[in-house]
Amino acid sequence: MRLIFITLLALMLATVVGLGATWMTATRGTDLGALTIGAWTARPKTGTADIDPYSRASIARSGELPVGTGDGVAFSATSDDRKRPLDGRCDVVVSGVTPAARFWTLTLYDSKGRLVANSLQRYGFTSQEIVRSADGSFEVRVAARSRAGNWLPTGGIERYALVLRLYDTPVGVATRSQRDAPMPSIATVGCR
Amino acid sequence: MIRLLFTIVAGVLLGGIVHLVSVLGLPRIATQDAYSRLAPITRLNAVTSLPQPDPGNAPLPFMDPAFAVAICRYDLSQGPIKLTVPVSQAYTSVSFYTRNEVAYYAINDRSAGRKVIELDLMTEAQHAELPEDEDVTAADRLIIDAPTAAGLIVMKALAPEPGLMPQAQASLAASNCKVQAEPTPAKR
Repeated sequence: MRLIFITLLALMLATVVGLGATWMTATRGTDLGALTIGAWTARPKTGTADIDPYSRASIARSGELPVGTGDGVAFSATSDDRKRPLDGRCDVVVSGVTPAARFWTLTLYDSKGRLVANSLQRYGFTSQEIVRSADGSFEVRVAARSRAGNWLPTGGIERYALVLRLYDTPVGVATRSQRDAPMPSIATVGCR
Repeated sequence: MIRLLFTIVAGVLLGGIVHLVSVLGLPRIATQDAYSRLAPITRLNAVTSLPQPDPGNAPLPFMDPAFAVAICRYDLSQGPIKLTVPVSQAYTSVSFYTRNEVAYYAINDRSAGRKVIELDLMTEAQHAELPEDEDVTAADRLIIDAPTAAGLIVMKALAPEPGLMPQAQASLAASNCKVQAEPTPAKR
């Protein structure tokens, strides 16, 4: 009787620990092969055949298709440079320069990877349509209400993610730091 | 007490095994992965244009709305696939995925270096069966070995401004993906 109880306990514990750890890693991702520059994180290896098992599991779970390495690389951010989560009710400024790439796009998604509805049907910017200052740098205002310049509407949702995709770029598996890939800064400038 | 401690240690160790098995198994048992989502809305061994993602409806999560996307869902068991994708004005890329969404190859218009990206996709066995003289003339023809017989080819064309989307879609609509006529080995 006691043996059965102990075996059952061990098996239950194993299920909870094992599946719990799998759920955690598949939902939140791991640091395996992650390239973090400022608030931005990319996993260049997810676009190759060398993808690690944890990234495979999280891709299978979310249903997305990773950007292939010969195509480009995707950086995502869910918090600003001070680790404050991106809040759609605040004004967030994304500014600076991007790493060398033929094209890039900046897109705003909700936490499930869907685009966020707004009256302009503006879901992001491409490197061609963005308004730049004379030195080539740019500033995007991410806010719920309309702003001058490059305004990216949040629809007022609480949490969102920004994804900066570089296409035809030398940034990839060999990239290590900000010096190889100068990423734009993300700053929360005001909340109402 | 010792027995309880032993139970906990055994449980955690077994949990580690459960974790490893489930992480490795997840891509195989996932029912909402990209391939499963695309299978009902794409044709086999033919090009299907995907609708543009919008907030209410997107074929896949985290799609880049600046791109027109077309999919060729392939199954190489009937023979190698020949793919031609005309290059659009801004940027065009072709990415290859296995059934379990491993991106094993991707190429863009610049690395292809011509007006039309032309590729042959085949399994390693089919590649090995190619007559050798054909392999020589194939020097300027790009052959890609697929690790699995089934998978996805994703063709993307960038619309740098929203107004250029119809052009990007039109250039993808002219792409072609079909099973090659079976080369008859008897001829040799």
